[in-house]
Amino acid sequence: MRPATRAKIESLFERYPEKRGALLPAIYLVQEEQGHVDADGARELAALFELEPVEVWEVLTFYNMFYTEPQGRHHVYVCTNLPCSLRGARTLLKGLESHLGVHGAGTTKDGRITIGHEECLGSCGTAPMLRVDGRYHENLDLAAARRIVDELE
Amino acid sequence: MIVEPYVKNYLSEHYGDDAFRTLAGYEAMGGFAGLRKAVALAPEQVTELVKASGLRGRGGAGFATGLKWSFMPKTSDRMKVIVANGDESEPGSFKDRLIMERGPFEVLEGILISAWAMGAQRTYLYVRGEYQEAIRALESAVKQLHARKLLGKNILGKKGFEHDIVVHSGAGAYICGEETGLLESLEGKKGQPRKKPPFPAQHGAFGLPTTVNNVETFAHVPFILDRGVEWFKGRGTEKSPGTTLFGVSGHVERPGLFELPLGTPLREVLGHAGGVRGGRRLKGVMPGGLSMPILPPTELEVPMAEEFLSQKGTHLGTGGVMVMDESVCMVRVATVVSYFFRDESCGQCTQCREGTAWVHKLCQKIEQGRGTEADLALLGDVPALMEGQTICAFADAAAWPIQGLLRHFRDDFEAHVREKKCPFPESFEL
Repeated sequence: MRPATRAKIESLFERYPEKRGALLPAIYLVQEEQGHVDADGARELAALFELEPVEVWEVLTFYNMFYTEPQGRHHVYVCTNLPCSLRGARTLLKGLESHLGVHGAGTTKDGRITIGHEECLGSCGTAPMLRVDGRYHENLDLAAARRIVDELE
Repeated sequence: MIVEPYVKNYLSEHYGDDAFRTLAGYEAMGGFAGLRKAVALAPEQVTELVKASGLRGRGGAGFATGLKWSFMPKTSDRMKVIVANGDESEPGSFKDRLIMERGPFEVLEGILISAWAMGAQRTYLYVRGEYQEAIRALESAVKQLHARKLLGKNILGKKGFEHDIVVHSGAGAYICGEETGLLESLEGKKGQPRKKPPFPAQHGAFGLPTTVNNVETFAHVPFILDRGVEWFKGRGTEKSPGTTLFGVSGHVERPGLFELPLGTPLREVLGHAGGVRGGRRLKGVMPGGLSMPILPPTELEVPMAEEFLSQKGTHLGTGGVMVMDESVCMVRVATVVSYFFRDESCGQCTQCREGTAWVHKLCQKIEQGRGTEADLALLGDVPALMEGQTICAFADAAAWPIQGLLRHFRDDFEAHVREKKCPFPESFEL
């Protein structure tokens, strides 16, 4: 990790009675820098937090928003839990996957987009929806969803 | 994006106004009157008022808030901690998101009142990682409070009233909404719930005395202090006073949020949402998020409060009302529900880890027309083996909706087994 990232992580320690409290925020920071956190990244974090690498690894693999594998340049997620499914989210997801040439969750060949489904994102009143690089796009149909992904570089 | 509920009440009155998200605007609209009244009272008097108000937690379990506060040790040589649970993840629930995005100061004022009442020095406000807009709104609000010295030392000139708030982002795990799963996650660990006792009031975040409340619960507190216990008890039911933001989703004309008194009949809640879409017939309603058993259309008169819903074999939960019209295949619903719980089981307890996998496998098999009578019988048995057998309530939450679907819509399951296919061609796609 870059020295600036390390410094940012160290500045978080004082917010928690034990520095391990800063582990989730620290993983976000490494991910922001590197796109994902691989075994080397986990070892570096473990050294910084005085933990065993496996203790970092078990946290990394427990949470959906942490990635241990390289990701596409953009993340596109479709919520497919019940309220969204009732309003056609799965049909929309299939349409987007075939539009992007990805079948099932995965990344486009050019590395542009990683697409997948997510569980409830709290947009039940504005379904169906996409979460694109952290931003919500709501009340969509397939045409609108395609326009959003087509604009991603 | 929703900026305000379709039906507003005291909590959401100003949500449509961007100024309400600034400290100056919030104060101009009456904000911090509750905190000022609170610090004029002794801390234990504040807890007594909240007890007397009858406020019940809005995070799903409906526990009495004031009673919870009273579990916190009166004196402690260690720091006392408040945890605000903004990890809203219950499918069908989207109220906390709006409250945090549009009324961040209501939440923070409620936290400060509770901090005074319990003598807590630190709050961790745990927000689910996906709610980036809420995190931004809350972080900005905390900064403004610091600038105005409403956080830090000697708040409002009260000697010894010292508090700080840390906004902490989750990372995508439903189980972290469970209070001890949240505490583990806050400590930088997997969010696997703890065995109780010890309870958080004795051994909570980082081993410190801790009280965990849902963010909406905090948001009600300033109104109780400012307008009084009698005023608060004047809305809602005797056992469940106040309003909540019902979230209505699925097959209605106007999905969204509606701030209504607890105890509002389900029929009226659905009426606000424009009724079932396209004039179709209603097939079923899940009244309290995905964890709560479904109700058939014959139960629309039930008042939406825990004491009435529990008589109907379900619960208020988080007030996330999911509406399904006549096209819906309830075996598909069971498949979606069981997938979610299989995916989100933390894996700690065998009954839950294995049970959720079995339930999903059986639902899927029946949905695909490959199910047998024996599979259907097994689907009836497995949830009962999970319920009440585990460290936390997740296994109950996974079992109940399946039991509800089998109780009220067994015909749908039997038809799949008999016809060896799904007999609902118009149903939503899986």
